[in-house]
Amino acid sequence: MKAALATTVAAVALLAGMAAAQGPTERVTPGTGDDVPTLLVPHAPSSKNFPCSKCHRHVKPNPEKRALDLAHTSISLRHAEAQRWCLDCHEGDRLRLPNGELVDYERSYVLCGQCHGTVFRDWKVGIHGTRTGAWNGEQYYRVCVSCHDAHQPRFKPIAPKPAPIRPADLGRGFRE
Amino acid sequence: MEKTRVSRRAFTKGLALGLGAAAVPAGAAAFDWEAFLQKRFREMSEEEVARTIRRLERDAARRWKKEIRISAAKAMPGVVFGYGLDLSKCIGCRRCVYACVEENNQSRNPQVQWISVLRFRKDEKWSDLEGAERYYEPPAVPEPGFFYLPVGCQLCEKSPCIKVCPTGATWREPDGIVVVDYNWCIGCRYCMAACPFGARRFNWAEPTIPEGEVNPDTHYLGNRPRPKGVVEKCTLCIHRVRAGRYPACVEACPVGARKFGNLLDPGSEIRYLLDHKRVFRLKEDLNTRPKFFYFFSA
Repeated sequence: MKAALATTVAAVALLAGMAAAQGPTERVTPGTGDDVPTLLVPHAPSSKNFPCSKCHRHVKPNPEKRALDLAHTSISLRHAEAQRWCLDCHEGDRLRLPNGELVDYERSYVLCGQCHGTVFRDWKVGIHGTRTGAWNGEQYYRVCVSCHDAHQPRFKPIAPKPAPIRPADLGRGFRE
Repeated sequence: MEKTRVSRRAFTKGLALGLGAAAVPAGAAAFDWEAFLQKRFREMSEEEVARTIRRLERDAARRWKKEIRISAAKAMPGVVFGYGLDLSKCIGCRRCVYACVEENNQSRNPQVQWISVLRFRKDEKWSDLEGAERYYEPPAVPEPGFFYLPVGCQLCEKSPCIKVCPTGATWREPDGIVVVDYNWCIGCRYCMAACPFGARRFNWAEPTIPEGEVNPDTHYLGNRPRPKGVVEKCTLCIHRVRAGRYPACVEACPVGARKFGNLLDPGSEIRYLLDHKRVFRLKEDLNTRPKFFYFFSA
């Protein structure tokens, strides 16, 4: 069950991505300086869930900014939409970093961390985001898109749970 | 005529027995001498703890029609728990309150909740915890112009609530959790008056929990079903954290505002946020040294 839910991300792969993100001249040797713990992510997104090429093999992606009324109609971009459009982050079946490097959906947090560096830093140490599991052992992380919609990352307001009963009304509930 | 001679000794003995019998409550057969004579939790031997727990489990199973497991797990060595709450994240949705109620077998009727979520207007003085709004009920949270401050046990190192207890029924465990021995609490509520944070709750009536909603995974010092007339409080989910798990509120928070860890472990989340974030504690001027830290991640 756990194995089925969890996705283990190799640190080596991340380091390669990080190194690439920082520029082609910088090389990080695998096994050093790794600060992303082994990620156990329930319901992690995967490149297998995004077979973009299924259609886009036949349909050339349209880079124009436009209302999406033919396909992708469920997507409404509210994420610095003035500055970007689909192909700034998507390329083929993978995600595109600002420097052109491609990453899999499994490591989508690398893309998010390109702009949200301080949040990324907090997330790696467990300050940003929800953790479950063991405080002294195996922890379940969520990647950014487990909680945030990548296209509309701001949380929508939710209904609060009922307020507590006022002390004056508490007595009515007594059953003696 | 033969006289029955009664010695002074026999007479006194008989008198004592008679008086003793008269002192026993009417339902003498049902009177639980074992519960009456139960020692303080900290003074019991391992064997006595095991025997007490067997009895409590039996009573709880009868009361709640369900098998209840009561653990007596001890504090882990080298662990002092700390709690962090990110005020820049909290949206005041009260998910933590209800997760806590379900996890810790709080009475649903009359309502007992260990966590109070306070609401403050952003531009107002907000240090008045007692006068804060806790009954807010908007259609959606967060509301613009407000922020929220959940308050539970602040895990004081110098706890005023412990000092005032006349029966020694409440104390601080080595891992920093302030606990209550419900079998020794006499319900005087001195601790509730002493707590500067209003974190303790009293069972004014026999607690009720809907059938099937009783959490059978309990701890002697934590969420085991309580009787009427005792004080209870947040124990950081002692049954969970001593088994290595996160408290229920930490896992329930939909925005990840709640952080938890071992203060003695330099690699823990709680230590990181103490080192890197803007942190404060409530009512620091009282010098109770809480281990509950509020912080701002952004």
